[in-house]
Amino acid sequence: MRTSKKVLVIGGLLLSLWGMSYGLYYAVFVEHQTLDTISSALAASFSNAAGRKMEASKINLEGYALASYDYTRQVDVHSHWIGLGMLLIGLGIIFHKVSFGEELRITLALALLIGSALFPVGVLLQTVDRGFLPRLIASIGAALVTVSLAMVAAGFARSNE
Amino acid sequence: MTILSNKVMMGGAETSNRREAAGAERLYIIGGILLIAGGMLFGDLFAILVLHQNANRIGGEMIGAVRAVSAQDTAAVLSHFTVIGSLIENRGTKVDAHVHAIDFGYLALILALVQPYVAMTDSAKRRIALLFLFGAVMLPVSVFLIHYIGTQYGPSDVLGWASVSADFGGLLVIIASALLALGLFRGLRKRKPAVSPSTADHSGGKALLVGGALLILAGFVHGAYYAAFDLSRHEASDTAILTSMIDNAVSNNLPAAEADVESYGKLAGERAVNIAAHSHIIEFGLLAILLSFLQQYIRLSPGVRRFWIGLFFAGSVILPVFVFLEIRLGLLAGGIADFGGALVLLALIAMLVGVLRQKRTSEGGLSA
Repeated sequence: MRTSKKVLVIGGLLLSLWGMSYGLYYAVFVEHQTLDTISSALAASFSNAAGRKMEASKINLEGYALASYDYTRQVDVHSHWIGLGMLLIGLGIIFHKVSFGEELRITLALALLIGSALFPVGVLLQTVDRGFLPRLIASIGAALVTVSLAMVAAGFARSNE
Repeated sequence: MTILSNKVMMGGAETSNRREAAGAERLYIIGGILLIAGGMLFGDLFAILVLHQNANRIGGEMIGAVRAVSAQDTAAVLSHFTVIGSLIENRGTKVDAHVHAIDFGYLALILALVQPYVAMTDSAKRRIALLFLFGAVMLPVSVFLIHYIGTQYGPSDVLGWASVSADFGGLLVIIASALLALGLFRGLRKRKPAVSPSTADHSGGKALLVGGALLILAGFVHGAYYAAFDLSRHEASDTAILTSMIDNAVSNNLPAAEADVESYGKLAGERAVNIAAHSHIIEFGLLAILLSFLQQYIRLSPGVRRFWIGLFFAGSVILPVFVFLEIRLGLLAGGIADFGGALVLLALIAMLVGVLRQKRTSEGGLSA
């Protein structure tokens, strides 16, 4: 098997396994508790408003927003790691059909792997820091994957196989 | 005589091993297509029979909660939110079951393709395939049951037995994938796979490859646009609308509070269609790439094959585009999107029939 294919198949498998393990950890130890927090915080916000305890209602609503923000990103991270991992394995199996030289194929494979690992890391970091750096990391990861995939599509189209 | 019978016996054992190897591949392919087709059929039925009705009921309960806030009736508020929680769980678990069945189907197809590179005895490959498929069915079925079984007799207040069973199914999939990964690492050290995967091109194969890559690219661009320009705005609007809803209810301005409930429903719909369009177009792209390689296992004439591939692409574009247009065009777009999903499903079933029509060779391999 060529190096570019190995990078994609092994990298994709590791990424998928990591995404699944992370999903399992999240489902067992965090998800149910987080969903409970989201629903109970929203209900508490409305019931405190009914009791005209507006300060408590506001705090509950902030708790709801915070838990929802985290939950959206945690699910995103889990699904993107696995989804991108599967894409890498799929591409790895047929990468010989990308009609570029092996050196460029290795560069594309590495860019796809780094981007696929980096993008969810950037999203995950947003749960601890809402600043510029996590967004930058996620954007770099997404750009690496998108540009590389556009080149792979061009490589498939050029192929005579 | 003894040598001859030994050779016959060894030849018989080899043939049996090859049959078992092809058996694992075939299990992954048939199981994978069935998981994807089953997940898609479930998704289509869910969209038609549950999704919109569920959204309307959540809206109705929210209006009830707003009125209860206005009337300072705390017990009624909690009662409405109990129903809302149940409705959201009903929707969430069904979406989860749909997504996991389809994703495990994709993974099964991928694992079928890497089988020739896995250094492992054939019977072990087959046992791992069965373990994987058992877990891949167990997880979505258990997730589907979470809403109905509840947490009443569960091990904790927030965890029911259906959740435990779903997590166990996920663990089985992880164990099977990890064992295959180990076999793959060992296999990749060798220069050649035990059985070379066919790289022969089949009619429509290139169209599936290029079309699949372009679909994924379109999904990436849409996802990046949504994350950059809409996600934060939607999250900020979510809290702002809820704050306004509560304030209007407390000041007894019920028409304004109910208008806020409507805006909240629209916002939830907007978020849902963006995420659904993004994930569906990427998944169909990945499926197209996988199907391009599976063409070697599918026994259909070139014309018939091209017809089903055309239908597959038509559905793959129609579904995400019309899901995206659902907010502007309403239920008509939803119906057209469901029709797109049905086209993809039909094409998949046709390809499954092609796989089942494929004969095994005398050596146990799948004939091209």
